[in-house]
Amino acid sequence: MAASQEPGHFGDPSLPAWSLPAGEAQRIAIGVDWPERVTREWAFGDATGEGVRVCILDSGVERGHPLVGGLEGAVAVVKGVDGHVSVADDAEGDLCGHGTACAGIVRAIAPKASLYSVRVLGAGFKGSGPVLLGGLRWAIDQGFDVINMSLSTTKRQFAELLHELADSAYFRRTVLVASAHNMPVESYPWRFSSVISVGSHEEPESLKFFYNPSPPVEFFARGVGVEIAWLGGGTIRSSGNSFATPHIAGICALILSKHPELTPFQLKNVLYLTADNVAGGR
Amino acid sequence: MTDLRAAVAAGTLGSEESYRELLQAIVEVARAIFGARASSVFLHDEETDELVFEAVAGEGADDLVGRRFPSSTGVAGWVLVTRQPLVIEELQQDPRFAREAAESTGFVPKGLMAVPLLHEERALGVLEVLDRPQEAAFSLKEMELLGLFANEAAIALDLLQRAREARAVLEEEDGQAAALARLAARLGEAEPEQREAAQRLLEAIEAFLAAGSGGQLLDDSL
Repeated sequence: MAASQEPGHFGDPSLPAWSLPAGEAQRIAIGVDWPERVTREWAFGDATGEGVRVCILDSGVERGHPLVGGLEGAVAVVKGVDGHVSVADDAEGDLCGHGTACAGIVRAIAPKASLYSVRVLGAGFKGSGPVLLGGLRWAIDQGFDVINMSLSTTKRQFAELLHELADSAYFRRTVLVASAHNMPVESYPWRFSSVISVGSHEEPESLKFFYNPSPPVEFFARGVGVEIAWLGGGTIRSSGNSFATPHIAGICALILSKHPELTPFQLKNVLYLTADNVAGGR
Repeated sequence: MTDLRAAVAAGTLGSEESYRELLQAIVEVARAIFGARASSVFLHDEETDELVFEAVAGEGADDLVGRRFPSSTGVAGWVLVTRQPLVIEELQQDPRFAREAAESTGFVPKGLMAVPLLHEERALGVLEVLDRPQEAAFSLKEMELLGLFANEAAIALDLLQRAREARAVLEEEDGQAAALARLAARLGEAEPEQREAAQRLLEAIEAFLAAGSGGQLLDDSL
């Protein structure tokens, strides 16, 4: 279905925009052949993510899960009775499993990357906006290389501040990788052009990703039938853009471990040039 | 005044029941289309920060409506707080989930699809479809279909909430809104001539109120 005709979509309405169904990849093939060849081998061949710090801004991460391994650190962002948001060491781990699942995916792709958990979800739905903003601000101040955000907010009152934070991350060389919606929903921060937004494709390959010439969703990564870490040390099969996002976060970690000098803009270009549908994927 | 208008616009208390029926119809259709064992809509109760079963089709339909649990627990909680749809398969392998699921749904599903109900800026609740047939692998097409149901359910949930708010206004102690709602209902039931006279009377009252303390106006209008 051409969901791309919905409002908020700016590309060719005949092309898939919000997700990439099986067999549709050739429809968004891009023939551009730039003179300087950027290959996957150059971009992240033999990379492990070593030296790259990835922050999982989510529900916490279960320490020692076989799919996650060790964490560099873990904090929880909480809102006090006076409305003030503060950051404290997190001893509780993961309250719902979402963050552990995301961390496990990054670990599988970038085994030597350093993972840091910033818990902004799980303490109730109310007041989650200021906690999310406080957590993101803290994470940007720490100078992480990559921040994985498999979440969004629909509240317009937070959009402006989130936008400023996303831009400040972009200029400070922190790459924000955020889950897009698979529907034409107005939510943030994935809609901002300073972040890397991710939707799902249906292929079973973890390193397969596509550039989307019909934004606002910019990349499609593996998001269907993914084996994810589950609380209590187990695994389970799951689907959703929440799990496509850490695939791209992991690939960003690989690229940055080999090319630490890249800015978010350059990194996004490398992703574009090495996407499976660009110049045949190389 | 907006509340008064909302209360009167809600017309009769029957609208709440109609929206509940609409929501029930949506979960029934969702269950049928996906060939699933059950489907439910949860409303996020902002006051208590809990998720409440608002409509259930299939398994659990008889006794789950009204049951509550904290807003950030379970898969429905994930979906609400992250605003991201989620599909999980082979759930029964996990004992912790099995216990939680049994507590909240009365049975342990093999898998489930959950999607947030987003309306304008608000996340109103969650729609879940439990145990679709396992033989077909889950696809993005189904996610899209689920999203369409979610749009519908979000609108129904929004209407239901508005009707409830209107009822709360009607039930307020000073009784002004209730009196207006009763008046609106009576007007609707009145015979044509009676209604015409009543209409003139209402217009006169409106003019009287608009003129502030103008008793003079009332006399002229009548």
